[in-house]
Amino acid sequence: MNVEVRNLHKTFGTFQAVRDVSFTIEQGQLIGLLGPSGGGKTSILRMLAGLETPDSGDILFQGARVNDLPPQERGIGFVFQNYALFKHMTVEGNIAFGLEVKKWPKARMKERVAELLELTGLKGFEKRYPHQLSGGQRQRVAFARALAPEPRLLLLDEPFAAIDAKIRQELRNWLREMIDRLGITSIFVTHDQDEAIEVADEIMIINQGRVEQKGTPWDIYRNPETPFVAEFIGESTFVEDVGQLRGFGDGGLRSGTKALIRPEYVEIGRESDFPLLSATEKGTIRRLQFRGSEWLVEVEIGSVKLVTYRSLEKEVFQPGEEVRVLVHRAYLFNDSDCWIMENRLKEDPMPVFI
Amino acid sequence: MRRLWIGLTTLVFALLLVTPLARIAIGAWDDGWSGFWDGLTRPEARHALWMTFLVVVVVTAVNALFGVMMAMYLVRAGWLGKRLKQLLNSIVDLPFAVSPVIGGLMIVLLLGPDTVIGSLLDPLGVKVVYAFPGMVIATLFVTFPLIVREVMPVLQEIGSQQEEAAATLGAYAWTTFWRVTWPSIRWSVIYGVVLTVARAIGEFGAVLVVSGNIMGKTQTATNLVYQDVENFNLTAANAVALVLAASSILLLLFMEWAKSRKERQA
Repeated sequence: MNVEVRNLHKTFGTFQAVRDVSFTIEQGQLIGLLGPSGGGKTSILRMLAGLETPDSGDILFQGARVNDLPPQERGIGFVFQNYALFKHMTVEGNIAFGLEVKKWPKARMKERVAELLELTGLKGFEKRYPHQLSGGQRQRVAFARALAPEPRLLLLDEPFAAIDAKIRQELRNWLREMIDRLGITSIFVTHDQDEAIEVADEIMIINQGRVEQKGTPWDIYRNPETPFVAEFIGESTFVEDVGQLRGFGDGGLRSGTKALIRPEYVEIGRESDFPLLSATEKGTIRRLQFRGSEWLVEVEIGSVKLVTYRSLEKEVFQPGEEVRVLVHRAYLFNDSDCWIMENRLKEDPMPVFI
Repeated sequence: MRRLWIGLTTLVFALLLVTPLARIAIGAWDDGWSGFWDGLTRPEARHALWMTFLVVVVVTAVNALFGVMMAMYLVRAGWLGKRLKQLLNSIVDLPFAVSPVIGGLMIVLLLGPDTVIGSLLDPLGVKVVYAFPGMVIATLFVTFPLIVREVMPVLQEIGSQQEEAAATLGAYAWTTFWRVTWPSIRWSVIYGVVLTVARAIGEFGAVLVVSGNIMGKTQTATNLVYQDVENFNLTAANAVALVLAASSILLLLFMEWAKSRKERQA
């Protein structure tokens, strides 16, 4: 189902949770709302569900305005962060609840419940109560319950926040597969970047009640449209005066232009590692941190400190050692503009033609 | 040393509770079985016990309904202004702070035959003060906080998410209440009901003022005991008092059972 939101506003007391938010979601898409806590993501989700009323703005499902419809009539499924399972009903009872309310015939109900138990891998657990289940199982019951009445929109509020890391990974994959299979339009809220990038078709970065950027994970990562997005996604180092760095310093840059440099933009190594030595400059290793799957390296160039990752397979450097550093690109911004700039020296200044 | 303190505490409680009860029991049989039986079955005693019973039934039913509703509004209604909620909250606690006699007087002053409301209802044949309705109102006033205060913390603890989930699944107010909220608050309500019954049985001051204590018409069991003591009819007083005490003990046992069910459910 196609979802459109126009100029949504919501204030709680004196706190403006949502400011002029507008976006469109196509049928069958899986959208992630990503952003820091208190940014307004859950408020947007709850307004889509009808659990909160917007102060102004329109919400349209399939072209029809639904602001005045209560949650009961919107045809949505909602999965809460803390599952919100009905404690005194069995797994079966929980899943069948939405169907009983809609007065489905008994036979059809049984079939649907069995189908969902199969889909969520909970066969054999029908008669158990929520307190007899693990976190992952409870979350799956919450999914099954939300999906039972065949909603046209699935809303998930930080569905994996309360689950341990290992199970989270499995559940993420399972969710992606399941939603692909069912083709149901879904929106989920998370503050976990990896989750959003792995699971979503498109991500919306929400900060202080505003949509900073909407795009595919690739777009968000490679072409951040605002400084906030550039800084929020991945791990960036803030550089006050980027002109100091080799390949970025020339008359073209206005003073007061700042930069964000991601670890993946920085490469370090010995002289022999670089085909284009002229683009590199000398740096000193300041600190190394073991991260399990790689090294986190802090390298200093003059007064600028940069952070990068280094594979465990490569030669290990020691703090105090001198290395060559190549900054591939930087995300630059000043008061009026923001853009990504490649290191100018990366193009060989003297190509040889024969 | 600890044994000494335990022994001492038990002795104090025995003196305060057990001895008077034992004395009432013995006193009721001062004139043997016939004395006890006469004390209970005289017309004013039968009427008084019946009055107490009626008042308790009506008060419990009304309080169960409105008490649960009030608790739901105070905890769940986001649309009620904060100030209004605070005001309602204080009003709910008012009966605890005010002496029951003052409460009864309040009702006489508001609804008595000389007041606006009283004189409106009187020609219609509805007497409030010095009649059954007044007694019910007085007892309602005194017992109102009990169910509300039992249910409110439970509602706060279980949170509104389960109810929101039910709403997203298509359940409207009554279905949600009956299938989702009620099973969670059931034992708290029962516990509150038991407290209400116990309190209503024992109510003395408010009902005394409002009912006028008209023997055979508006006298409750507690007021009858008072009257008997005043008239030095101690055997009869003890008989009725014993019945009241026995019901209270039964209620207490039921209360303990309900509490254990409530805690087990939590």
